[in-house]
Amino acid sequence: MAKPQWPSAEKRRLIGKRIDRLDGPIKSTGVAKYAYDQHFDGLLYAKIFYSPYPSATINAVNMEAAKALPGVETVWVDESLIGKEVRYVGQVVAAVAAVSEEIANEALRLITLDATPQEAQIDDTDPSKAEEKKSEREEGDFEATMAAAEVKSTGRYSIPVITHCCLESHGQTAKMEGDHLYIWPSTQAVSLYANGLDEAVGVPQANIHVDCQVMGGGFGSKFSHDKWGVIGSLLAKETGKPVKLMLERDQELMVAGNRPSAHGEVTVGVNKSGKLQAMEATLWGTGGSGGYRPPPVPYVFTKIPATRLTGMRIKTNRGGQRAWRGPGHPQGCFLTMAAVEDAAAAIGMDALEFFKTNLELTERAELYAKQLDIAADLIGYKTKAHLRGDKTDGPLKRGIGIGIHTWGGLGHPSNCDISVHPDGSVVLKMGTQDLGVGTRTVVGIVAAETFGLPLEAIDVNIGSNAYPSSNASGGSTTVGGISAATRLASTDALNKLIDVVAPRLDVDVDDLEAVDGKLQSISDPTKSIPWKDACKLLGAKSVLGRGENIRGESQEMGLIDQGVGGVQMADVTVDIETGVVTLNEMAAVQDCGLIIDLKTAESQVYGGLIMGITYALYEECIYDNRSGRMLNADMEFYRLAGLKDVGQLKVHMMTGPGFDERGVIGLGEPPVISPGAAISNAVANACGVRVPELPLTPDKVVAALQAGGIV
Amino acid sequence: MSNTEKPASALSRRGFMKGVGAGGVVTGLVGGATAAPAEAAADSPTLMGPGEVSVTLRVNGEDRTVSVDTRSTLLDALRNRLDVTSPKKVCDRGTCGACTLLVDGVPIYGCSMLALEAEGRSIETVESLGTPEQMSAVQAAFVKHDAQQCGFCTPGMIVACTALLQRNPSPTRDEVRDGLGGNLCRCGTYAGIIDAVLEASKTLKGGV
Repeated sequence: MAKPQWPSAEKRRLIGKRIDRLDGPIKSTGVAKYAYDQHFDGLLYAKIFYSPYPSATINAVNMEAAKALPGVETVWVDESLIGKEVRYVGQVVAAVAAVSEEIANEALRLITLDATPQEAQIDDTDPSKAEEKKSEREEGDFEATMAAAEVKSTGRYSIPVITHCCLESHGQTAKMEGDHLYIWPSTQAVSLYANGLDEAVGVPQANIHVDCQVMGGGFGSKFSHDKWGVIGSLLAKETGKPVKLMLERDQELMVAGNRPSAHGEVTVGVNKSGKLQAMEATLWGTGGSGGYRPPPVPYVFTKIPATRLTGMRIKTNRGGQRAWRGPGHPQGCFLTMAAVEDAAAAIGMDALEFFKTNLELTERAELYAKQLDIAADLIGYKTKAHLRGDKTDGPLKRGIGIGIHTWGGLGHPSNCDISVHPDGSVVLKMGTQDLGVGTRTVVGIVAAETFGLPLEAIDVNIGSNAYPSSNASGGSTTVGGISAATRLASTDALNKLIDVVAPRLDVDVDDLEAVDGKLQSISDPTKSIPWKDACKLLGAKSVLGRGENIRGESQEMGLIDQGVGGVQMADVTVDIETGVVTLNEMAAVQDCGLIIDLKTAESQVYGGLIMGITYALYEECIYDNRSGRMLNADMEFYRLAGLKDVGQLKVHMMTGPGFDERGVIGLGEPPVISPGAAISNAVANACGVRVPELPLTPDKVVAALQAGGIV
Repeated sequence: MSNTEKPASALSRRGFMKGVGAGGVVTGLVGGATAAPAEAAADSPTLMGPGEVSVTLRVNGEDRTVSVDTRSTLLDALRNRLDVTSPKKVCDRGTCGACTLLVDGVPIYGCSMLALEAEGRSIETVESLGTPEQMSAVQAAFVKHDAQQCGFCTPGMIVACTALLQRNPSPTRDEVRDGLGGNLCRCGTYAGIIDAVLEASKTLKGGV
């Protein structure tokens, strides 16, 4: 009988290799159809009318002129808002559905709003605007330990609200047929999408058919069907016509989720030997109209003997926060790593030596030590490093910075069905989704490995809620969850096949394995049967294997695990005359247990680095404190890094003994956590002064240089 | 039309304003923008719209006559009227490159050209470059180097890469970075993209 545990290294033919993603060809040739690409005869285009006020009472919404415009099929108003308040610019108020996008846009301009504007809180940087309620935590003998520390270093650090900016905006195409709703959303949660939509639209869950084969990015913002999912479905139901509703770019940037800000004053107590003694942090920030949890500080160095943390929320009239890759961690990492690196500079200690000196204050001292060495080698730390402040002549200053991070990533609950048919075909079904991570490829690899077949032999079916339920993709839990479920399902199916085949080969069921396209006796490899012939023995009956990832059980079996570490280093040049930061090089060292597809795993790390470079250098939602409007709600001024901005990237995955046997651990979050910290530290190392805020735009760099007396 | 204004293109500023001024809203467009000689267009502009007009677009080698709103961008006409969905609308403001097309062989942003301006010109999308079964050198290199994750920027990126290699068959790494400066990716696939373009460059020169 086949066992569900992962095969040993010498037996793996596919797992851990560099394998092309299965949907690469359809994406590269434009064949892949996203929610935004669904097209039907008679399609209506729906558009959202949103509040232009950050805070106002809605008295009336006049839709008459919009409704009368030829080509407008129907309109929708959120009646529950009449007499009530809107709380941010961009809040959904009404919608139109028209026969063309052009007419829908024209109709939006005909809608008039009668509203009474009110005072709004927009700014999130002033801690006196925080709510009374504070979260406070103290560990160790804080007062005494901090007082006894030989050197104290205090700084103010700030990381702004940024947004997800998914290239495919939020939304869906929906169509009613009889009493069934067919819907093509851009979602991170295929199996869960209909939850709540059923009641809102009046269609039972069993009649809601969700299909999402490819989707253009989520990053934590696309877990729900959202209000636009409800509106699009209602309009489809009312008109009997297919309706496409995708948010315009400004809406996507303003209301479809963001990453909360974190501002703080952090004091680090350290001894001259470099040992961290105590940390005090007062943090505040905003999640807009959503909730706010202060980020984890101290981050990674969680065993600093004495800490005091105060967290405060500033409620603002801005769009609500959502999970953003590694919720809380990039902020916590930046605030902590910048503060401790400032302490290292205060005692005149090399940053790498300082981090190494304090690794015992982390949960993964041994791993981080190795990762620091590898990253240092990759980036050439020994030859490039200097104490804070590049003392060479000229305006171009070079520096190196370090960030360290951690993440959980335990595989989520997931179900998989695999049928093996008498003709030898293998059909895999799972209600998961591929956000671009490569989940489709990962489950294919796991099944192919188990059956001893080539990847192409597996018919992989995901992206539909008709398949066995799988959880949402978030928190780096997907690849672990779907890999374990697939391994369990394929092992189950294989064992059912073995039950039929073993007696025919006259071997014991425990003596059969699937390898190289055949079932073969382990003790006597001359006894074997090709896969197709083996499947023929099933007669007219297919076998169905089922697998469910149950966290504790799978972890015990060694299929999945949680808890990873990573180290990143950045090499930058700062022009102290212009304040322009150029990223020369970045190195990332990362572990994630057993890697299923090394190629797509590395892509995750490259992607994390680049997204991190982007928020370190460019990204920020800029709000006007008077009007409450986001001033850069477009992609020209909400700037993403381009090819020229990211420098040379080096990625090292920790694999092999010590890592593989842990089982599979997800990878979406970890590599995006450290870049802000590493790049900020590199800029401080280059210029000789901390630029206290991200993103490291020229104005902020020059201001810090001036404040520090450098220029 | 005798005046001191110099027509900047086929249309004089006054002629354009006259065309759109009548209705008081910008729903009209003067026809013949691409085909007619300057004098003819300036002297006797044809008012098209408001509303829909018929236009013939040569898309991936095929003439397709379609009714479009005079305000339609080429991108919207392709996506909404012709179901050619590989060019994506991402920024809709000529910033991100996800709607990059080849118009007469030159890469342009489909969101920044009106459908009517494209009449009589050759319009190519990524679909014309290859199929999943028979990918072009650039497409195959994108798959091999995992130069795509969610894939939403990919069609525009591949069109831009193809155009880059047409004008510079042997780009250096830095020239690739420069040449693709008009295309953005959010998943962070730039490392793979550079490798893919360099490999496609070699393949194309080898005549494979």
